[in-house]
Amino acid sequence: MSETETMSAPDQTPDQAPNQAEAKPERRLNMIEAINDALDISMQRDENVVVMGEDVGYFGGVFRCTAGLQEKHGKNRVFDTPISECGIIAAAVGMGAYGLRPVPEIQFADYIYPGLDQLISEAARLRYRSAAEYIAPMTVRSPFGGGIFGGQTHSQSPEAIFAHVSGLKTVIPATPYDAKGLLISAIEDNDPVIFFEPKRIYNGPFSGYYDKPVQPWKKFDQSVVPEGHYTIPLGKARLATEGEQVTILAYGTMVHVVEAVCKEKGIEADVLDLRTIVPLDIEAIEASVKKTGRCLIVHEATRTAGFGAELSALVTERCFYHLEAPVERVTGFDTPYPHSLEWAYFPGPIRIGEALDKILKD
Amino acid sequence: MADRPDPQAQAGHNAPGLSLHVPEPKFRPGDAVDFSHVDVGEPGKQPRPDETCAPETMRDFAYGLVRVLGDDNRAHGPWDPKLDPETLRTMLGHMAMTRAFDERMFRGQRQGKTSFYMKCTGEEATSVAASMALASDDMVFPSYRQQGILIQRGYPLIEMINQIYSNRGDKLKGRQLPIMYSSKEHSFFTISGNLATQTPQAVGWAMASAIKGDTRIAATWVGEGSTAEGDFHSACLFATVYNAPVILNVINNQWAISSFSGFAGAERTTFAARALGYGLAGLRVDGNDPLACYAAEQWAANRARANAGPTLIEFFTYRAEGHSTSDDPSGYRSAQEREEWPLGDPVMRLKNHLIELGEWDEERQEKMDLEAAEHVKKVTKEAEANGILGHGLHHPFRTMFEDVFEELPWHLKEQAEQAIHERETKFPGGLPNEGKGA
Ligand SMILES: Cc1ncc(C[n+]2csc(CCOP(=O)(O)OP(=O)(O)O)c2C)c(N)n1
Ligand SMILES: [Mg+2]
Repeated sequence: MSETETMSAPDQTPDQAPNQAEAKPERRLNMIEAINDALDISMQRDENVVVMGEDVGYFGGVFRCTAGLQEKHGKNRVFDTPISECGIIAAAVGMGAYGLRPVPEIQFADYIYPGLDQLISEAARLRYRSAAEYIAPMTVRSPFGGGIFGGQTHSQSPEAIFAHVSGLKTVIPATPYDAKGLLISAIEDNDPVIFFEPKRIYNGPFSGYYDKPVQPWKKFDQSVVPEGHYTIPLGKARLATEGEQVTILAYGTMVHVVEAVCKEKGIEADVLDLRTIVPLDIEAIEASVKKTGRCLIVHEATRTAGFGAELSALVTERCFYHLEAPVERVTGFDTPYPHSLEWAYFPGPIRIGEALDKILKD
Repeated sequence: MADRPDPQAQAGHNAPGLSLHVPEPKFRPGDAVDFSHVDVGEPGKQPRPDETCAPETMRDFAYGLVRVLGDDNRAHGPWDPKLDPETLRTMLGHMAMTRAFDERMFRGQRQGKTSFYMKCTGEEATSVAASMALASDDMVFPSYRQQGILIQRGYPLIEMINQIYSNRGDKLKGRQLPIMYSSKEHSFFTISGNLATQTPQAVGWAMASAIKGDTRIAATWVGEGSTAEGDFHSACLFATVYNAPVILNVINNQWAISSFSGFAGAERTTFAARALGYGLAGLRVDGNDPLACYAAEQWAANRARANAGPTLIEFFTYRAEGHSTSDDPSGYRSAQEREEWPLGDPVMRLKNHLIELGEWDEERQEKMDLEAAEHVKKVTKEAEANGILGHGLHHPFRTMFEDVFEELPWHLKEQAEQAIHERETKFPGGLPNEGKGA
């Protein structure tokens, strides 16, 4: 599995060398705890890492991702901010210019828009316009995606907007193990990174069957999160399942939905969890599509000019002569995210299953 | 830069090291609460300036507190709006109804009938009394905590509940999160989940009214935490530049989810004082005093209608309950704050005032509260016949694709067909009790 190939081995910081005598019991974390752990370790290792955002301080964040960090690292390094996403991103640009490594939280991805000018015109371009004199080494964390009856302002998946901006990296983890390793990498990266956390799977993976109970992460091996520092490089996909019939490109919540559909339909697929959409692991995509000859792209975001369009173009450009069926996209619909009709909107098992049937027909 | 020392090389430097100030509220969970540092002034002591006065003469109003109702339950001073007892009883009735409604809807969410709810407990006067001081066709741009305006304007409760349940009776077609109402008929703008966006929009509406030589004014409500957004700055600036006939109501309920008002600047100044820098008229008002709320809003409305300019009003109040059904305030603030709040409870204060006037009594209050609760219960039952969230009685699937644009482009038509097809696949015979159309 490419999973082990692409990850650097967990290591220990010198001041917390493992005690060889007592082997630690395996530690299982949900995605919130894994993110919290990544922030904690990054703050321990680098004094320049600061965490800020609405309600992240004393309270520890509305999703609890920063719980306990203020108490541990102090108010100088973990603090609440005014409700101004523009101010939050802008202050992070300034702090980065000084030499800090800010990790601002935007409470919901749906609320990132007031900060867009600072992100797009500033953070993403400092390096270029100053010939690398100034950089913006920030990681903007934000919960995104739907499936929680959050209505149109707590459900959006705006990743394509950021992928479209030159100079921004966009990362989306799908498991607790990855969330920790990717977040540490993002924080250590010298360029601005948008780190979207699929909030639907904070507590457990999601099969796409909203009427079935959610299993907690603890029941899945991807929740085994080693202590200490480890990184997963940005730009390396994870082969979630391996198969010969079709390649499925997905990220975040949809990785799990896709896996469940394949299992149910008995389809053997290469499910590639992209993990970062910019930079993209084009090698892994090409290798898989050339092997299977078929490709399905799945995301929850709206369809038109969604990231699936980019993926589809890339696959067609690079693998055209290997394709045995047209590339298909399964996405959310081109409407604002609805409230009562959430599950009619969500790209669930039926939409995915039919697309697979179509691709695999002959 | 060049003539400054390298900060890394500053060890041993003479200048003292800088330090960051991070605001901290006075009380945290478990702390004993003492609000004696909060200067609430005395009722009746503030003069009432002429509505057309120049903003620079109003400096003191940005720091004091306009108050009318005293601890003696009587109305004091020049801000007493001198409302007749019938009007006062109406005001009390709307406030009690708002509270009864909140109680029931909160419970409904806990019972799984919907996804979300937000109460306005303790802040009822800032919407009900303020709204009563406006004309019913003045345009309001509220935040999510002004259900009192709809109740005061006579919006049917059943429409509110249908919206909260996102059911097939919901006029907004189940598209919005609960409580994000809209009613053009009641001059009530569609509520946004994105904070403070409504504030400069209200100014734009007021500018339009002025462009057209209309007589209607606009008013907007925004939480103190949300004034941090750049939109609020745009609102203040456009309002003052165009002398727009608009009222900017800032509801300072001390908290923005877990962040106290200090994170919006309240450690150093008041929200009303923001008016000074812009050249707006600014008033700071006891938001738990319904008479003061009414009087201040009326003052600002008179001013706007006389083309004398916009007003920023800070209503000083307290969010007595959690932020929403998703919030548990015991994690970040002292439970004692609510009881110790120096300005009391607006419903109690108005009730006691009416009793003091000899126009009300405890029995009538009890009866009114009971009737309000029963009325809400009855209407809730009626609304439940239209469905509750997640139980199939929602609007037809095709409605999801309507109103994205005025007309359906090809791609939305295709997607609507896909959605309907998926529904037929999942429920071949359709759901029992279902609305017509796929
Ligand atoms: C642009 C934006 N950022 C963040 C949020 C999340 N949020 C919702 S309500 C809220 C607190 C608002 O507090 P305040 O303005 O004081 O209003 P109150 O809830 O006290 O009425 C926050 C941060 C949002 N809805 N929109
Ligand atoms: Mg507030």
